[in-house]
Amino acid sequence: MTLSIVLVVSAALFCVGLLAALSRRHAIFILIGIEMMLAAANLNFIAFWRFTTQPAQPTGVMVAIFAIAIAAAEAAVGLAMVIAVYRHFRTTNVDQLNQLKG
Amino acid sequence: MSTVAFTIIAILTLAAALAAATLQKLMHAALSFAVMFLGISAFFFLLGAEFVGLVQIFVYIGAVAVLIVFTILLTRHDAEKVRGFNWSGVVVALAVFGGLTWAMENTKSLLIDPPQIEPLTVHRIGELLMTGYVWPLLCVGVLLTAALIGALILVLEEKRE
Amino acid sequence: MADSVDQVFIRAKECLLAPLAGHAPGWLIQVASSLINIGALLGVFLTLFALMSVLERKILGRMQNRYGPNRVGPFGLFQPVADGIKMLIKEDIVPARADKVVHFLAPILIAATAILSLGVIPYGRNMTPFVIDGGILFFFAVGSTTELAVFMAGWGSNNKFSMLGAMRAIAQMISYELPLLVTVLPVVMIVGSLNPDQIVAAQTKMWFVLTPWGAVAFILFFVSGLVESNRTPFDVPEGESEIVAGHMTEYSGFKYATFFMAEYIGMFAVSGLAITLFLGGWHAPISILEFIPSYIWFFLKLSSLLFVYIWLRGTLPRTRVDQIMNFAWKFMLPMAFTCIIAAAVWHYAGRGLAGWLWSLAVIAVVYVMLSILLETKKKFAPRTYRFAE
Repeated sequence: MTLSIVLVVSAALFCVGLLAALSRRHAIFILIGIEMMLAAANLNFIAFWRFTTQPAQPTGVMVAIFAIAIAAAEAAVGLAMVIAVYRHFRTTNVDQLNQLKG
Repeated sequence: MSTVAFTIIAILTLAAALAAATLQKLMHAALSFAVMFLGISAFFFLLGAEFVGLVQIFVYIGAVAVLIVFTILLTRHDAEKVRGFNWSGVVVALAVFGGLTWAMENTKSLLIDPPQIEPLTVHRIGELLMTGYVWPLLCVGVLLTAALIGALILVLEEKRE
Repeated sequence: MADSVDQVFIRAKECLLAPLAGHAPGWLIQVASSLINIGALLGVFLTLFALMSVLERKILGRMQNRYGPNRVGPFGLFQPVADGIKMLIKEDIVPARADKVVHFLAPILIAATAILSLGVIPYGRNMTPFVIDGGILFFFAVGSTTELAVFMAGWGSNNKFSMLGAMRAIAQMISYELPLLVTVLPVVMIVGSLNPDQIVAAQTKMWFVLTPWGAVAFILFFVSGLVESNRTPFDVPEGESEIVAGHMTEYSGFKYATFFMAEYIGMFAVSGLAITLFLGGWHAPISILEFIPSYIWFFLKLSSLLFVYIWLRGTLPRTRVDQIMNFAWKFMLPMAFTCIIAAAVWHYAGRGLAGWLWSLAVIAVVYVMLSILLETKKKFAPRTYRFAE
């Protein structure tokens, strides 16, 4: 288990999240993709903490804890926005939310 | 032994992530999203950060996944399914993955084995949170309160006058 | 001699593992030891579940001035066997348009999370199945996965009543998770660790329930545990007269038995945690009685808590959903936060009599303020009777 293989797995997760965020048309899927990308970045932090030569400074772990809290807050606000948009436009397809288009 | 565990967890996590990204039925995607977080949590346990793994299960599967499932319920329209899959996203994702892997393989300093470290106790994390990281802790508290109030205001029904 | 009776299960496990000790690699011994732990845990708690299902009916029957089941076996104690056979031979009906995978996985997931949470409770001296550094956090993390499983059960049945029941169940469970967690915080703060073994070891001299913050926190934790396992008086999700068994409506036969089992094992787990955190774990009340083995003490305390559960079920009527929510957010959460402050006051005032009185004062002041603010002295209109003419 070398550092590079863990980083490759986390890069793969990030790219699957990118795939979900870029290629799905439903707003909730896009949010799912964003959460996946955040989780992959957390994995990166923890991996670098584990393989470092100075384990007495658990900076990676602390950043991961705060990142989880912030991701939860952002998911809550994002989902509240999806509900508010659905109430107004009756659709969750992001292609149809184009009323500000020039 | 840890290599076998690593391989199994990696395959499970990536399979669940792909399922969450590509399944057409929303509910199944949301549930495989929860399974993916279980896999990431197992990764954290394997890498020695048990507290973060438990917090991940608690916050993501216990709260974020339930939120997503509730939102799917509240924004359901039985008439049409949102069928849309943009294939250019796949190209971009593959390109990014290729770029990242190439960058990683060409960095010699990343081919290291895990060094022996003493296990990180919850006591140490608590100590750090209260001494070195107390400012981020308070800021995250304020941020969570603001997010809570903001989310509540966003979904408040407008009163018809 | 007392020590050998106390550690008899540990010795038995070591004897079972002795043939492997010399030759096998380290990880195999660990896996074998974990498997023996899991087997013992499952055996004990599934038997306890079976016994409790019949004892509950008998005790409820006695409270209602009738005998409980008393036909099958001596005093009706073989009733679970009859119940099990009945559940197994029932036809397994799955609704035609239900989501098969989700409908199938929901009871498995609920039972799995309930049994997982049993693994971190210390049942006796050196008898914790899995020693995890953040054991209490593991318990709550696994418990919070129950909500997702309840939702899967309600949605996978493709039935509006199931969905409604699942929503009510999840709202209730999420609301009461907060008091459950916050009442654990004073104990963790005073002990300084999330490890259940260390929490039990810190109660050697005095149980935490004997302090004012501990008593209030124990009552709040116990009530929150009642709600989390959907027991009367909070069994709105499964009230038969209201919502036809809620999220469990479309389950028949063995899957219903699995839901039932998950509810009871959740009850055992929460009682076990309450004993660990507040009632001194496997310690005896007075040090003279320490010769009785530790697991017997744990079992006695567990039995008394389960009797209180059954007693409450037989005595109190069901509460309304809005009454449940009001209670959680307006009363239990402020009282739980007060317990943290009272615990801090107790600690810094010296942990003696002065500490006791000051923390009692803090709790009393907040309780009186809450009762004034929440207008609990409602005036009732005079009762009118309308008779048929």
